[in-house]
Amino acid sequence: MSAQEVKFRPHLERRKCIDAALKFVFAGSAFFGVTVLFVLLFRIISDSLGWLDLQFLTSFPSRFPEKAGIFPALLGTIYVILITAAFSIPIGIAAAIFLEEYAKKSKLVSFIQLNIYNLAGVPSIVYGILGLTVFVRWMQLGRSLLAGGLTMGILVLPVVIVSAQEAIRAVPDSWREAAYALGATKWQTVRYVVLPSALPGIMTGVILALSRAIGETAPLIPIGALTFIRTLPKSPFDSFTVLPIQIYNWTSRPQEDFRAIAAAAIVVLLFVLLSMNFIAIMIRNKYQRRIKEV
Amino acid sequence: MMERALSIRNLKVSYKDREVLKGIDLDIYKNKITAIIGPSGCGKSTLLRCMNRMIDIVEGAKVSGEVFFGGENIYAPGVDPVKIRFKIGMVFQKPNPFPKSIFENVAFGLKINGYTGDIPQMVEKSLRWAGLWEEVKDRLKDDAYVLSGGQQQRLCIARALALEPEVLLLDEPCSALDPVSTLRIEELLLNLKERLTIVIVTHNIQQAARIADYTAFLLDGNLVEFGETSSMFTVPKDKRTEDFITGRFG
Ligand SMILES: Nc1ncnc2c1ncn2[C@@H]1O[C@H](COP(=O)(O)OP(=O)(O)O)[C@@H](O)[C@H]1O
Ligand SMILES: [Mg+2]
Repeated sequence: MSAQEVKFRPHLERRKCIDAALKFVFAGSAFFGVTVLFVLLFRIISDSLGWLDLQFLTSFPSRFPEKAGIFPALLGTIYVILITAAFSIPIGIAAAIFLEEYAKKSKLVSFIQLNIYNLAGVPSIVYGILGLTVFVRWMQLGRSLLAGGLTMGILVLPVVIVSAQEAIRAVPDSWREAAYALGATKWQTVRYVVLPSALPGIMTGVILALSRAIGETAPLIPIGALTFIRTLPKSPFDSFTVLPIQIYNWTSRPQEDFRAIAAAAIVVLLFVLLSMNFIAIMIRNKYQRRIKEV
Repeated sequence: MMERALSIRNLKVSYKDREVLKGIDLDIYKNKITAIIGPSGCGKSTLLRCMNRMIDIVEGAKVSGEVFFGGENIYAPGVDPVKIRFKIGMVFQKPNPFPKSIFENVAFGLKINGYTGDIPQMVEKSLRWAGLWEEVKDRLKDDAYVLSGGQQQRLCIARALALEPEVLLLDEPCSALDPVSTLRIEELLLNLKERLTIVIVTHNIQQAARIADYTAFLLDGNLVEFGETSSMFTVPKDKRTEDFITGRFG
């Protein structure tokens, strides 16, 4: 026996066994999430088969499933998101610029920062109640597209601010220094150096935030996004509905066929969400490569 | 009496409550190269940043004392740091071109400062001063980051030169470069000193000996010795200077 064999009892077999078992557990956990997603997708797509066609996309809701469609809901979703974007993007980016580039470290600024993080975690129904109070009643916008879009805007604002801040923070200080050393003012540095470099990151964050808003139902329920409308919204002050609410409405009907068209509407919604996420990931991948080169 | 580009008087700088420059008096002569040497952490970069008020953007830095530039104390109340940086250019330790084209990098300072002349012409001129024109004239539209490290640093020099500053400050501009690129930059600086005044921080004592007319030796925030490079390197007045340049510490 060598000196080593006397001093050690390696139990190689047992150690290898644990290794193999754990690898199996880890891989299983990783696949679990994906499997669930695929089962879900498969169920929904197979339910929707035969229902998802052009007629479905261009028709109004109806009592008869074969005539029903999602046109007003789809349009409502698009309008709400446009208003949400128009509201939250400029304010979100401006706030992020202030916090990252202008604000000196102070108690007040850390207080603001902390509360932005807090706001990002507030349940979305709370925003709906806020929207009802502020936009519907106080500003007298009624149960309108504008009220819905602004409510969603407030909902995504903290997320837009935080992701824009992260993108701005990722811009190397050495570029800011270079700009200052050439006699640039703070605004010129932000406008011509920081923002162009941070823009892809900001866009990624904005798209992800908006795609979250598209899937939200809760905040629009207190606003009263009607579930059955006969006319298309023609101005920001008209009433509206959105896809998730239309889906919710159909799934609560007893008839089997309504569940099928709900599945068809879910496919449309998922398609929109996944394409937005895909675009966001594409932009992020391109952008990350750029920053790493520096 | 030689003309001075900058006169620094009793300059003190502290970060938070730690004093890192403890009363510096130093003259920078026109159309000469002045090297600032000293062990790392002794305050060289801080001193350089005080010369064009880049120190202002460092959070928590407090400056007292005076820096005279063209007869004016640049720390007097009401002096606009933007105007000072426009006249006193700076090049940093790590090449930091903007993520823009080669052309746009050099044109940047011209555009933001409202240059009234012909921008492409000035870009070419600056690139020639930086000895980079021949290498990049066919790819001005390419991204600056396709260039090698040494070329990037010369691009940064060209970018600073485009504003035709009176003084150029360089903070260890060669520390990230290979020996060949380093020599090119040294040659370049020697050619440039007829146009402007150069202050270079370097951790490389041989580099100071090769290019600097004057050398300042800084230790723990104090100016230990200042004088003509040739005499300082042959007969240092201070024992600490001698120890440093002979490589006994630092
Ligand atoms: N932004 C800062 N905040 C606090 N301390 C700093 C900062 N920059 C530099 N220092 C400190 O000041 C001293 C001098 O730094 P610096 O001027 O960069 O020295 P050098 O360029 O000679 O290496 C160092 O001890 C350094 O740690
Ligand atoms: Mg330094």
